[in-house]
Amino acid sequence: MPDAMTLDKLRIVFSPTVYENRRRRPEEFAEIAREIRRDIIKMLVLAGSGHSGGPLGTADIHAVLFFGGYLRYRPKDPWWPERDRYVLSAGHLCPVLYSTLARAGFFPIEELRTLRKYGSRLQGHPGRDMGLPGIETSTASLGQGISIAVGMALSDKWLDKNDRRVFALTGDGELQEGSVWEAAMAAAHYGLDNLCWIVDNNDCQIDGRVHQVMSIYPLDKKFEAFGCTVLECDGHNYAELMACFDQFLENHRRRIGRPTVIIAHTKMGRGVSFMEDDYRWHGKPPTPEQALRALQELEDPYIAVVEAAET
Amino acid sequence: MPEFPLLGHKPTRQGFGEGLVVLGERYDNVVVLGGDITESVMTSFFRDRFPDRFFSIGVAEQNATTIAVGLALSGKIPFFASYGTFCAFRNADQLRISVCYNYVNVKIGGGHAGISVGPDGATHQALEDIAVIRSLPNMTLVVPCDYMETKKATIAIGEIWGPAYVRFGRASVPWFTTEDTPFQLGRAEVFRDGSDVAIIACGAMVWQALLAADMLARRGIRARVINNHTIKPMDVETIVTAARECGAVVTAEEHQIHGGMGSAVAEVLAKNYPVPIEFVGIRDTFGGSGEPEELLEKFGLTWKDIYTAALVAMQRRDAGQIGIRRVTDLPRLDLSEDHGG
Repeated sequence: MPDAMTLDKLRIVFSPTVYENRRRRPEEFAEIAREIRRDIIKMLVLAGSGHSGGPLGTADIHAVLFFGGYLRYRPKDPWWPERDRYVLSAGHLCPVLYSTLARAGFFPIEELRTLRKYGSRLQGHPGRDMGLPGIETSTASLGQGISIAVGMALSDKWLDKNDRRVFALTGDGELQEGSVWEAAMAAAHYGLDNLCWIVDNNDCQIDGRVHQVMSIYPLDKKFEAFGCTVLECDGHNYAELMACFDQFLENHRRRIGRPTVIIAHTKMGRGVSFMEDDYRWHGKPPTPEQALRALQELEDPYIAVVEAAET
Repeated sequence: MPEFPLLGHKPTRQGFGEGLVVLGERYDNVVVLGGDITESVMTSFFRDRFPDRFFSIGVAEQNATTIAVGLALSGKIPFFASYGTFCAFRNADQLRISVCYNYVNVKIGGGHAGISVGPDGATHQALEDIAVIRSLPNMTLVVPCDYMETKKATIAIGEIWGPAYVRFGRASVPWFTTEDTPFQLGRAEVFRDGSDVAIIACGAMVWQALLAADMLARRGIRARVINNHTIKPMDVETIVTAARECGAVVTAEEHQIHGGMGSAVAEVLAKNYPVPIEFVGIRDTFGGSGEPEELLEKFGLTWKDIYTAALVAMQRRDAGQIGIRRVTDLPRLDLSEDHGG
């Protein structure tokens, strides 16, 4: 074995591109999602720890939700009172959210370099205490974020009676937490048609395949039995994702009196060949060599091996 | 110093229920979440008065706690009340991460606190909730002494910003404070002055402390009685002053000795002014069924236990004994006859 490549031999550059949030044609999301995936790899290799699989697997969902005109927000006025809210209940996926927020203009893209470092606003799991614009709530103890989203939707629909919408994303392993089903029960009981609950269904969790660790299936029937409207899609197919979000907006417009659940079938590690659909990539970062390969696959224009550290 | 004639008997939970209604009248954004036991924790007063601001969540304390977080993040002041066994334990992770770490304006009402819950037995007697709640950063914890003070405390935690927990009981207990009795969050009140021994109590044990002080006075011992209602943040100055001026301390609470208000006092005194402390509380055991009075007697939570503890604390002070004593040396109640059938 040759000497392992060290991090200082990699040239890690974050592109300065910021994207608009507007109605797009499906094929336009591919480059945005690829940019998010490149960010994820760069952040994780710099951090030396963190979750690779889930963030890569949900890059397409985040690209469509944040840059397709679905989630209403103002990056320069992050606490704009009429914004829609997004709750990442699966908090360990935060690299994808940090990248998405930076690419939307919530905070400087260069700050992505600080992931998991002491004093960083980009905590290992989202912490509201750091005041990072766009982080609505601390999450990561699985199952709690979705109940918080239910509380937000309850407030919007029954107390403030406004037009806001709440989007939340849970993992599929997360659905093993019992309180998730308490949230489903309450969301249906209160007819929260302003709630869009996305399930990142990659059938992977730390210990293995979800259906082997503890089966959560049949998922569609469970959510339907709880009183939710269930939509399913390929979580990497932009047209299908758009159709699902369009349907949710329509459900909300018509005030159907039921929450919308989108079961997005995804592959953990999507976009990096050696990580794809492999649960062992749940909770580890790429090594510098792996990051190099991944960034080459993701057509990163900057990645290069440098002879020596340049400082 | 205030005098405390007995005004009657009322459950502290009634003060909680009435306090919520006052808050509801004052603030449009106060909302209450029900956990199926609304009559029992008297959130039913609020529900009947403000039905549009009451949400039934069912028997789902984890969900109720985190839904409260979502409401708080939407500018509401949500109260969730249940029995302390369920709204300090069942939801402990939700309290830790989503309420306290998240630092949101969620209020918890922990009912059925203490052994005086009575016939429902051990499963429903919250005896460890103070330990859990006071360990959480950003949290405020209040254990008011009677019906009137519970009402004031409930209003007070609704009017401060941040996570807070008010603890109250089921049984009808002595009501002895009035609208005019001083109450301020974070400030322990000296209810009776004295410098021979300090009795630091919370909850319904404050009344027992006053009774014990009366009985000690008959022996010429002047006991200072402190109503230490705010356990977090604690009034360090009042506690340390009492230790300095009395030299011996007794703590009294309807809670496990381990991790409770007495432990919090010991933390303060060990650092600032070590003196002998005797702890009146539940001694590392679970409760059981019985009538409240009977249970308080059997588990050693009456004025008599405080009285004895005061004498022991003074004796230790006079012997210059601050250090370790064997647990078996403590006066204990012999329960053997109760187990013989």
